[in-house]
Amino acid sequence: MHQFVNLTLGGVTSGVIFASVALALVLIWRSTRVVNFAQGAMAMFTTYIAVSVIDRHWSYWAAFFVALAAGLVLGAVVERVLVRPVESGPPLNAVILTLGVFIVLEAIVPMIWGSKNRTYPPHFSIIGYKVGSTHYALSPFDLFTIVAVIVLVTALFLLFQKTDLGLRMRASAFSPEVSRLLGVRVGRMLTLGWALAALVGSLAGVLVPPSTLTSLTPNYMDPFLIFGFTAAILGGLDSPIGALVGGVALGLGLSYVGGYLSTDLETLGALVILIAVLMVRPEGIFASTRQRRV
Amino acid sequence: MTDTTEAPPQLPVEPGDATARRQSLGPAATAAVVVIAAAVAAILAAVGGNAPLAPWGVAIVGLLLAGATGTGRLWLPASPLLRHLLLAVVAFGFLLLFSDHVSAFGNYEIAQVAYFAVAVAGLSVLMGHSGQLSLGHGALMAVGAYAVAILMGHQPHVPIVVALLFGIIVTIAVGGVLGVAAARLHGPYLAGVTLTFALAIPEIATHYRSVFGADTGKPVRTLGVPGWLSTTFPPEKWLAWVCIGGALIALVLLANVVHSGRGRRVRCVRDDEIAASLAGIEVGRAKVLAFVVSAACAGFWAGVVSPGAFALTLSLSLVTAMVLGGVGSLVGAVWGAIALVFVPKYSDSISKHFSLSVATKNNLPLAIYGAVLILAILAFPYGIQGGLRRLARRFHLTYRPLEGR
Repeated sequence: MHQFVNLTLGGVTSGVIFASVALALVLIWRSTRVVNFAQGAMAMFTTYIAVSVIDRHWSYWAAFFVALAAGLVLGAVVERVLVRPVESGPPLNAVILTLGVFIVLEAIVPMIWGSKNRTYPPHFSIIGYKVGSTHYALSPFDLFTIVAVIVLVTALFLLFQKTDLGLRMRASAFSPEVSRLLGVRVGRMLTLGWALAALVGSLAGVLVPPSTLTSLTPNYMDPFLIFGFTAAILGGLDSPIGALVGGVALGLGLSYVGGYLSTDLETLGALVILIAVLMVRPEGIFASTRQRRV
Repeated sequence: MTDTTEAPPQLPVEPGDATARRQSLGPAATAAVVVIAAAVAAILAAVGGNAPLAPWGVAIVGLLLAGATGTGRLWLPASPLLRHLLLAVVAFGFLLLFSDHVSAFGNYEIAQVAYFAVAVAGLSVLMGHSGQLSLGHGALMAVGAYAVAILMGHQPHVPIVVALLFGIIVTIAVGGVLGVAAARLHGPYLAGVTLTFALAIPEIATHYRSVFGADTGKPVRTLGVPGWLSTTFPPEKWLAWVCIGGALIALVLLANVVHSGRGRRVRCVRDDEIAASLAGIEVGRAKVLAFVVSAACAGFWAGVVSPGAFALTLSLSLVTAMVLGGVGSLVGAVWGAIALVFVPKYSDSISKHFSLSVATKNNLPLAIYGAVLILAILAFPYGIQGGLRRLARRFHLTYRPLEGR
C-alpha cells in the first residue's frame, strides 16, 4: 500500500510536467498545425538562461521569471523568423524546421555555457513529507510543481475564455480566413500563440531538474518532449484538457510500470498504453468528431 | 508532423502535351543535362582536388540529373520495367568503375550512401505515396539487424544471403504488425506511435540482456570477400559493390511497385480515403501494403551495419534526408542519402579548420548540420529533387508531368 501511494504521488508529479509540455505542444498545434519538436530544446535553453541568472546570485524567483520571459521571447522569435516562411509549403517542412532548431539549440548551449553538467537549485525542500514515521514521495518542491502548473493552466484558461485577446486567438486558430476578414491580425495571434506555448514549455524546463533529480545537460528535456508528445496524442492534440488528462494518466502509467515491473520497460509501457487508447479512439481521448466532405 | 489528411504532400505537377514537346526538346535537353553534369563534376573535382575522378563524376551526376529532371524518359523505353532495369544496369556499371578510383574509406562511404538510400526511399514511398509518416524506421532497421545477429549467433555457418533475407522477413513481420496498428491513425497520431516505438525497441534490447546483449550489442560476422576474387581485393570495395547492387535491385523493385496498379491504389487512398473506398479500394489493405513495403526497405541492409547504432536519432535522420531529397521521389532519396553521409563529414572538417575551445569544437559540426537543415528547408521547400524539377521546367527541359516518381 505504501509503495502504491508513493508511486501514485510520483506519477502525479511527473504527470503534471508531461502535461505542461503536452500543453505547449497542443497550443502550437491548435494555432499552426505543427508539432514543435524544438519545444524541449527551447525549454532547455531558457533554463540555462535562468542558471546564469542564479550564478549572479539573484534570487530563485528572479531566475524563474527570467526563464518564463525568455521563453515568451524565444517562442515569438522562432515563429516569426523561421516558421512563418515555411508555413505555405508542404506541411512536413515546418516539422523538419523545428528539428533543425532543436539540433542547433542543443549544439549552441554547450558552446555558451560549457559542456560541464550543471545543477539547478530548488527553492523548496525536495525531501518528502513525513506522516507518522513514514516518508512519502511528495516533497514541498513537488507540491510547488503541481501548484505552479495548475496556476499557469488556470491563467491560460481565463485568457482564452474570458478575454477579448483570447477570443481573437481562438478565432484565428479556428478559421484564419474568416478572422482575417473580420479584422483580426491573424499573424500576430499565431506569434502570440507560439510565445505562450514556449512560456508553458519553459515552466516545465525549470521544474524538471530539481523534481526529477536530473542534472542540467543539453539534452535533459528530450525524454520529457517525447513523453509530452505521447501525452498530447493520448488526450487528443486539439484539446488542452486532453493534454492535462493525458499527461497525468501517462505519468501514473509510467510510474506503475517502473515500480511494479522494471524501469527499463517504461517506454514500452507508454507504447502499449498509447496503442491501446488509440485503437479505441484514433484521435485521442478528447477528440471531437469532425465532419469530412468527400 | 502536420495534418496530412487535409493537405497530401506531393511535388508540384505540371500538365502538358507530352508528344508535342518530345520531338523538339530531345537534343537540347540532353545537351543541357550533360553541360550541367560536367559543371557540377568540375566543381566537385576542384573542391576535392582529385582530377581523375571528374569523368566518372560527370557520368554519375549526369545519370542522377537525367532521372531528376525527367529528361531520361526522352530516349528510354516506355515500359517502366525495362526503363528501370536499363537505368539500374548503367548506374551499376558506372559505380563499379567509380569505386576503383576512390580510397578504401571512399568505398565505405559509397556503401553507406547505398544502404541509406534504400531506407530513405522506403520511407519516402510511405510518406509520399500513402501519406503515412513513420518516425520509427530507425527502430525497424534495428529489428532487422538484431534478427541477423541472433541468427548468426545460433547458426555461425549460415550463408550471408540467407541471413539478410531472414532479417528482411523479420522486419516485414514486425512492420506488418505496426502497419496494421497504424492503418487507423492519421498524421501526428501515427507519428507519435512510431516515435514511441523507436524508443521502446532499444529498451527491449537492454531489458532482455541474455538475448540481445544489452548496450554492447551482438557481434556480427563481417562480409568476407568471396574466393573467386583475388586475395588482395580490398574488402571495403567488395562491401561497396554488394551494397550498390542490392540498393539498385531494391530501387528497381520500388520503382515498379510505385508505377503499378497497387501503387496507384495507395495514392488514391492518400488523396481521399472515403472516395477511394467508394471506388472499391480496400483502404486498410492499401495502407498496410505501403507500410510493409517500406518496412522491408528498412530491413534490407540492416544486416550489413552493426546493431547498436540505432537511436532515435537515426529515425529522425532518415525523415530529414527524405524531406531534404524530396518527399515521394526515389532519386530524391539518393540525394537525401548523399546529404546524410556527407554533410556531417564536411561540417566536421570545416570545424577542424578553426582553432576553438574544446566545447565549441565538439559541438560546431552539430550546429552546422542543424543550420544547413534549416537553410535547405527554407531554400528548397520541395526538397533537392523538387528544386531540380522546378529548374528543369523553368528551362523547358522536361516534357511530362512528374507525378510522384
